[in-house]
Amino acid sequence: MKQTLRSIPVSAWIGMAGITVAVICALFAPWLAPYGENQIVGDPWAPSSAEYLLGLDNLGRDLLSRLIYGARTTLFVAFVSTVLAFSLGSFLSFAAAAMRGPVDVGLSRINDLLMSIPTLIFALIVLSALPQNMTVLILVMAVLDATRVFRLGRALALDLSTMDFVEAARLRGEGTLWIIFREILPNALTPLLAEFGLRLAFAVLFISTLSFLGLGIQPPTADWGGMVKDNKDGIIFGVSAALVPGAAIAVLTVSINLVVDWLLKRTSSLKGGRGDG
Amino acid sequence: MDKPLETDKRPLLQVRDLRIGATAYPPGEPPRKIEIVKGVSFDLERGKVLGLIGESGAGKSTIGLAALAYGRGGVKITGGRVLLDGEDILGLGRRGIRGVRGTRVCYVSQSAAASFNPAHRLMDQVIEATLRHGLATADEARARAVRLFGLLGLPEPETFGNRFPHQVSGGQLQRAMTAMALCPEPELIVFDEPTTALDVTTQIDVLAAIKSAIEQTGTAALYITHDLAVVAQVADDIMVLRHGETVEHADTRKIIENPDEDYTRDLVNVRAVRHTEAAEQSDRFFEMAGINAAYGPTPVLHDVSLHVPRGQTLAIVGESGSGKSTLARVATGLLAPNTGDVRFDGETLPPQLKHRTREQLRRMQMIYQMADTAMNPRQTVGQIIGRPLRFYEGLRGAGQRRRVGELLDQIEMGQGFIDRYPAELSGGQKQRVAIARALAAKPDLIICDEPTSALDPLVADGILKLLTGLQRERGLSYIFITHDIAIVRAIADSVAVMHRGRLVRFGPKSGALSPPFDAYTDLLLKSVPEMRLGWLEEVLSTRQIESADN
Repeated sequence: MKQTLRSIPVSAWIGMAGITVAVICALFAPWLAPYGENQIVGDPWAPSSAEYLLGLDNLGRDLLSRLIYGARTTLFVAFVSTVLAFSLGSFLSFAAAAMRGPVDVGLSRINDLLMSIPTLIFALIVLSALPQNMTVLILVMAVLDATRVFRLGRALALDLSTMDFVEAARLRGEGTLWIIFREILPNALTPLLAEFGLRLAFAVLFISTLSFLGLGIQPPTADWGGMVKDNKDGIIFGVSAALVPGAAIAVLTVSINLVVDWLLKRTSSLKGGRGDG
Repeated sequence: MDKPLETDKRPLLQVRDLRIGATAYPPGEPPRKIEIVKGVSFDLERGKVLGLIGESGAGKSTIGLAALAYGRGGVKITGGRVLLDGEDILGLGRRGIRGVRGTRVCYVSQSAAASFNPAHRLMDQVIEATLRHGLATADEARARAVRLFGLLGLPEPETFGNRFPHQVSGGQLQRAMTAMALCPEPELIVFDEPTTALDVTTQIDVLAAIKSAIEQTGTAALYITHDLAVVAQVADDIMVLRHGETVEHADTRKIIENPDEDYTRDLVNVRAVRHTEAAEQSDRFFEMAGINAAYGPTPVLHDVSLHVPRGQTLAIVGESGSGKSTLARVATGLLAPNTGDVRFDGETLPPQLKHRTREQLRRMQMIYQMADTAMNPRQTVGQIIGRPLRFYEGLRGAGQRRRVGELLDQIEMGQGFIDRYPAELSGGQKQRVAIARALAAKPDLIICDEPTSALDPLVADGILKLLTGLQRERGLSYIFITHDIAIVRAIADSVAVMHRGRLVRFGPKSGALSPPFDAYTDLLLKSVPEMRLGWLEEVLSTRQIESADN
């Protein structure tokens, strides 16, 4: 075990540290934040001081407190939508690969259709038509992300389903569900896990983008993309408030990617690839 | 340095106390250093051929590569000396060794198909090393290659080099690779299992080509293989290796006819399994009648009819592409035939797998060639064998575990393996677990698709003994697909010979494998290497037809 811990590269440790900080903020926001989420404590865009470490935002709310509460919203939406996307995408893709024939063709073409529409525009149209609440937001993000997972999952499962052990299960008379969950899924898990990290990073960016455009998390709930939008006008006056949540998004995304890089390298060496060693 | 000898008397290659190590990563344990080759010494004189023989893991390829001062994938040469013409090539350094590899010592690998670049013409690849080392001008090198193509018996030597790797057969590609190794006119060639991946009928041509090329060019060679009968045809001396140590090193005649060591004797006498065929074979327990099958528009099987009596073994032989595996797919229902019936114990089976009942599926089980891929790497041995018990009999919990234990005892592995993963088993053990999984269903017929061809001869022999023992105990019927006539002789009651999707011969073993032969069966039978000197020459002079390859 010690050996495996030591084999984790420094970059992955940095990434894990970044993610841990964000997760702790999200979990313990009410206890960590010095002020309330929507509590107005001073003048708009007051500079940073001993009292307000990162300064105040456009309405005079504490930026640090909102950043901590924002981590909660941003991470929650990103995480839940990614989990949903993976459940949906991998199940459908494995089913397509295991059943082949018309099921495969049908699902794949629907997937192609969804993928051919630019994601952001698609989300913008759907979200402006549907009621703007968190559930709808998460579902829309999940469905859009599931198309990417489907592509990967189908490729993985097609490789696996030509293996003799899947044929052996088929010859035994096993049903499709057994083949999907017992034969294919356990073998596809590691590469899917790496992809999960990557998609999570994209989800953070996506929800931030939507909030910035005003179709994501609705005010007054704090979230990082929305905070950039609230404070963007300050940049004209030399107020750096918009840069703080922007930096938080960047740091979190980079952190996730550092961990994913390491995971991907591990899975490729597990699959017998030569890696780059 | 050794005492300088007269140049012409000094052996070309002297290997002294060679030690080669690597780091092993056993699952669930910390990595540790292991020694792959433990102090091997030998001499090789100019123009002679030394055969290195042993099972996988014996270190024979590693020794062969050490003659190029090369250690593959993390393998390190830790001690000893490799003297090429008196000079220690292990101490040459990167730049120095480049003057040896590809000029003085060349290498021919097992899989020519994987070693050629598919994007370049054969000629460019064959003469590349010669040109890079400045050993000849492009025209000279090309002329040399054409001469070598002719020497190796390749068709149209003048234009052969213009083809791309995918335009020639596997046997031709292997010979092209030999031409590539011979082109720089090296002093030594290392052949690493050059014919193992080929069909027997092709192997014999490649073997003959290699042998005559070595004789005519006067190159020395290290010939690495696990097949003693093959190496006996080409080598002057043979060195038997086991676990990285020399077991026996003597001239070929002595090794074959009068070996000193028990291990060598086992290798020579492998296939001790003998099975006398059943007298009565009219029973049509399992029958395929008038099968025509195709993959899409490509017809693969043409009007194949055969049957297996209860409790007996039918061996299906043929080279790759002859349709024997496709026949198994039709039998199991994975591929529905266009016409024809599959009948099992009196009832006609539905052509498609999904229409067959669970009971029909249970009675017919399958064993695969590659046990590695036939078992889910994420399931334990207990789960792998336990699933059919649960699926067909509803056995679970302690009862299931007890049955799995009994099955593990039957395959002579013991209950200690129940919680192991396939990756923790050896090749032979994996195949045994696959057999246990088939047995768990209590089948009447087991289709074995080359179950021993990926195994070392002694391990394969153990598997064959196990299968024949189980047949006697349980009255199992086998359809045994193989390309190895020796196995057919050992275990079959009846034989079906397939060639290009047609059944060219079918009947009781004694009849099918004795004259008069049709041309293809004759070729097939004569191509099986025999464990005696002079076999190769004898066969080449008496063949009725050339192999399909030419």
